[in-house]
Amino acid sequence: MIRQASYSAAARIGWLEWLPFAAALAVFFALPEYVPFGARVLVYILFALSLDLILGYAGIVTLGHTAFFGLGAYVAGILGAKAGVTDPLLQMAAAGAAAALLGLATGAVILRTRGLTLLMLTLAITTILLEIANKATELTGGADGLSGITVAPIFGLFRFDMFGKTAYLYCLVCLLAGWWIVRRLVYSPFGASLVGIRENAVRMYAIGSPAYSRLVAAYTISGTIAGCAGALLMQTNQFVGLNVLSFEFAGELLVMLVLGGVGRIYGAFVGPLVYMIAQDQLAKQFPEYWYFGIGLLLVAVVLFARGGLLGLADTIVAKVRKARP
Amino acid sequence: MSAVLETRKLCKRFGALTVAENIDFRLDAGARHALIGPNGAGKTTFVNMLTGRLAPSSGRILLGGEDITESRQSARVKHGLGRTFQINTLFRSLTVLDNVALGIAERTGIAGRLWRPASAFREVRDEAMALLATLGLADDAAHPVLDLPYGKQRLVEIAIALGLRPRVLLLDEPAAGVPAAESELILRVLDTLPADIAILIIEHDMDVVFRFARRITVLVQGEVLVEGTPAEIAGDRRVHEVYLGEGQHA
Repeated sequence: MIRQASYSAAARIGWLEWLPFAAALAVFFALPEYVPFGARVLVYILFALSLDLILGYAGIVTLGHTAFFGLGAYVAGILGAKAGVTDPLLQMAAAGAAAALLGLATGAVILRTRGLTLLMLTLAITTILLEIANKATELTGGADGLSGITVAPIFGLFRFDMFGKTAYLYCLVCLLAGWWIVRRLVYSPFGASLVGIRENAVRMYAIGSPAYSRLVAAYTISGTIAGCAGALLMQTNQFVGLNVLSFEFAGELLVMLVLGGVGRIYGAFVGPLVYMIAQDQLAKQFPEYWYFGIGLLLVAVVLFARGGLLGLADTIVAKVRKARP
Repeated sequence: MSAVLETRKLCKRFGALTVAENIDFRLDAGARHALIGPNGAGKTTFVNMLTGRLAPSSGRILLGGEDITESRQSARVKHGLGRTFQINTLFRSLTVLDNVALGIAERTGIAGRLWRPASAFREVRDEAMALLATLGLADDAAHPVLDLPYGKQRLVEIAIALGLRPRVLLLDEPAAGVPAAESELILRVLDTLPADIAILIIEHDMDVVFRFARRITVLVQGEVLVEGTPAEIAGDRRVHEVYLGEGQHA
């Protein structure tokens, strides 16, 4: 279902909404060989969730959300590799703060535009950052990537083990926190006003809403979460490659979210999961043509399920309910 | 009576084209004032300058005695200037209740709240429900706007503006595009609008104008041609010539 704030509908957390977290725990215990892969999925879900906040709710279409993710990964990584800041939570806080600043600074400029212009500007910003990371080899390792990063145990207690168990649970806790924040925002009056801006910006101004400031605020919050997700990926892999800033990755993220369904919160869970499993399986079966399968999947979703996989599920549930007497 | 809204020598030029020329206009408290004029007379430009969508080339705009010429659109709304749109400008996929509640939330200053769920602000919902009830929309509150017949959508336009509790309400062709069968619905609502709100209505339909307005301003080619009571306007020869059609005098 479409999940958004309403002044008349309660916002209690339904039991279905705990399902993703229960499933994640089940995977942890039942399928240990998938734990490292699962950690990556959890990070991408958090990243997609941050995109859903601005794309699905505020209607900001961006092809540059990797700017925040990549900045977060590099800030956390450089701190761990060069500055001796090894505490994972400190690294993440720094990554989030840096991404927040970037969101505020760039959002204040580019959110004065809309549509295609905005899309181009988001693309430009992430491309600029990519080029900086590519050239500043002293700090970032350039095209070779940033390695030799030290990440200390969490709270000085939980070491990142070689099976990725700590990383998995750490990612899960971070996702839970990110999900909770996004969900609160989405159902708040602020979230309602974002939907208002998406639906009709002209009217929002006519009812006295500072729509532009709201968009900048949403963009900054979303960037912060994306930055934290970037730090999380770095800490899980203890490596940062240039691709975290690439526009291909931003496009891929967009595809994941659209696949799951935008403006639904849980589309950001379903999309990355299905996409990455499909990618994983297809790459095993057809190492040369796996991208073809992804394309086919996306075409099918766009043609037959405009609301993404969750939209499709809605349609099916509605049909079944109608068919019953 | 004191003017709640006033313009002084308001001008708007687009290059060589003048669409508003020294418009002196005043709207008194509780007014029922109509702005009429042939197509291209500059009515919409005038309204857009009042609301702040367009900046005037020169002249001043005063709201409640305060100069708002430089104020932003949202600041004018906070000062009590509400408007409706000629073409429906609604949150189409949202329910009627949420359409109105969004405006009330902005007015009461809770719209920027980040944490508590919107549904926890019961006072907003209750006020929206009460307002919808006065407009005969209570039964439609839970329906998405796009499911409503056009006439009712026009009422939602008015409902959103009323939720802002304006001192001055600009109605831009409230009955535009409404089928005859539903237009009575709109007219009835117009009759019941709170008496203390000063209302400026821009309208083409002369039945609506003469039924609703107690004063009429005629705008022609960006200038005020004449202002007066409906009887005076109906009897004015110049109005007949430029507006109601010269053919009648041939």
